Amino acid sequence: MATTSVAPSGARRPFTRRASAFLFRHRGVQLTFTLGPTLSWMVVIYLFSLVVLLISSFWTLNPLTAQVEHTWSLKNYQTILHGSVYWRVTLRTVLLAAAVTVTDVLLAFPLSYYAARMASPRVRNALLFAVVMPLWANYLVKVFAWKTMLAGGGPLDAFLGIFGWHPAVGTSIYAVWLTLSYIWLPYVILPILAAFERVPFSYLEASSDLGARSGRTFRKIVMPLVMPGVVAASIFSFSLTLGDYLAVSLVGKTLLLGNLIDQLAGGTANNKPLAAALAMIPLVIMAIYLLVARALHAFEAL
Amino acid sequence: MRRGISLVAVLGVMALIAAACSNNSSSSGESGTSTSTLSYDASAQGEGELNLVAWPLYAEKDVTGPFESATGCTVNVKEANTSDEMVNLMSQGGGTQYDGVSASGDASLRLIASGLVAPVNVDSFDDFGNVMDSLQAPAHNTVNGVHYGVPYVWGPNILMYNSDVVSPAPKSWDVTFEPQINGQANPYAGKITGYDSPIFIADAAMYLMAHQPDLGISDPYELTSDQLDAAIDLLKQQNGLVSKYWNVWSDEVDAFESGDMVAGTAWPANQNVLISDDKVNVGSVTPSEGVTGWADTWMMSSNAPHPNCMLAWMNYTLSDKVQAATAYTFGATPSVTTACQGLKQNLIAGYGKEVGTNAYPLYRCGDDSYLSSIYLWKTPVPDCGNGQSDCTDYNTWTQKWFEVRGQ
Repeated sequence: MATTSVAPSGARRPFTRRASAFLFRHRGVQLTFTLGPTLSWMVVIYLFSLVVLLISSFWTLNPLTAQVEHTWSLKNYQTILHGSVYWRVTLRTVLLAAAVTVTDVLLAFPLSYYAARMASPRVRNALLFAVVMPLWANYLVKVFAWKTMLAGGGPLDAFLGIFGWHPAVGTSIYAVWLTLSYIWLPYVILPILAAFERVPFSYLEASSDLGARSGRTFRKIVMPLVMPGVVAASIFSFSLTLGDYLAVSLVGKTLLLGNLIDQLAGGTANNKPLAAALAMIPLVIMAIYLLVARALHAFEAL
Repeated sequence: MRRGISLVAVLGVMALIAAACSNNSSSSGESGTSTSTLSYDASAQGEGELNLVAWPLYAEKDVTGPFESATGCTVNVKEANTSDEMVNLMSQGGGTQYDGVSASGDASLRLIASGLVAPVNVDSFDDFGNVMDSLQAPAHNTVNGVHYGVPYVWGPNILMYNSDVVSPAPKSWDVTFEPQINGQANPYAGKITGYDSPIFIADAAMYLMAHQPDLGISDPYELTSDQLDAAIDLLKQQNGLVSKYWNVWSDEVDAFESGDMVAGTAWPANQNVLISDDKVNVGSVTPSEGVTGWADTWMMSSNAPHPNCMLAWMNYTLSDKVQAATAYTFGATPSVTTACQGLKQNLIAGYGKEVGTNAYPLYRCGDDSYLSSIYLWKTPVPDCGNGQSDCTDYNTWTQKWFEVRGQ
């Protein structure tokens, strides 16, 4: 070993040594190896798909042969602009996403505050475990569980039946709201919890030294520091709800944007160009959302 | 590593482009033109493999097994849950992926129009003579006298109801469409179901044929835009009564068992599942307005990679045994009259003597007059069949259907 490492000839040094020396001298190659795979994945698979999506939204479908015609037109966008159903479904989807986000933030806020500020380390870890554990279960399993719980004759129906009330929750939009709020909750708790933990104790001590009571400290010190984390968390629940179509087809009977896109793209119509044009709506909404989130410094909290 | 990934990506892109190109060439090259009609030849050597697109339960092991050992063609089945999925699958790779499909009438005309399926000489099949009269050359698979496949099984979209809740037994589809019946509020409001597909518009059009004759609807699949709008208005009204629409059969079975649905359109297969589960009591009727229904056809891809195996499969599916077996498994009716006895035996063997004997008449096996009274699914196209082409097409139906479902 010793002889090889001091040998003057490069050819006899071990390959790993030569490789690391080469990489040290050629920073470009080093970057290629470290960032390259991820970047090329992002660019080729993700950005390329988005470009294809954008391009195909300007094509049209021949109704008779059901084949895509590769001629440029704005017909799909006109269809969306003039079809009141697309507006109505978009509005419903955005309102649902907002409702799910507000619900999740309201549920996550006190729990995160307790876990980060008041609980003993053991309780905190137990809480963290309880939050993360549902992520181990499959999405579909959780949706089906909610479907069973909310269906007629299920636990909720039986409970409300005690009061002689059978409101068919299982097929309403409230069922979708409940299900999605439950499923995305861990994604909202974790960033808010992290935000609470990042607030330094010294700030709170300084605040109380200067005479602020706990309520004022919370409003003036804690809230501004935690807010970017809350906005970051809301990105998850909002965007995930905006793109969901499975939960709503299993619980509830209405349609969301994702269902329209799904049924246009394959399930029902095979009108992929119109589906692509429709897919631009959530993309634009999320772009605006992310710009606002950036202005609120949410990305620094991630 | 990087080179490996970008190579994969480049290959993937090339495959995509190749698929897109071959799609184009097949559609432009073959649409409209009828290529030479194919005949079954018992002595032709099979290619060793057969790739099928089929409805669930349409090509089960008990059916494919004997075929594989007789012909040496290994059968690979890709199940599809909707007609639209079937059209998609059959157009993949320019139609070279799959040899054949069990197409319903709402898919078959689309497949024919886009040149994806091949004409066949039906007289070359051994048992074609046993096929019911009304399925010898039906409009959903025969165009200008050219046959594009052989009939498999058929069935109606019946009105199924929970017989403990819905009483008296309904005689009309009005329980599923009207908020007011004879001046009284519909007692089953909120527990109705409908089929979650644009083709369900035809059920509303059929109801309007009987109840609003001044609209002048003569065929529920050939609707002018005014007639279509009337059907859509009726469906929007129905939406207020619907608990949930069903698309996959288990959706309806689950909801009938939980009590969320008590009446609505159903396949006989769904009723069979509910009867054998025995959790709720269900009945079914053919209402006074009539029923829509489906008759499925085994069609062969015009670019089938294994044509001899596919022709042998089509010949095989016309046999009594296969028809009786699939009719029993799926809850459908055979297209060859000689399979009726086999279906009855299968029902008795499966459900016991009493239930099986009682269930058999529900299948209307060999009942040509019943079958010809069914408005069988077919793809709506602009051509109304009367020389005019002011009818609404399937793409329009799809977008109108969203107005019903998305309200």
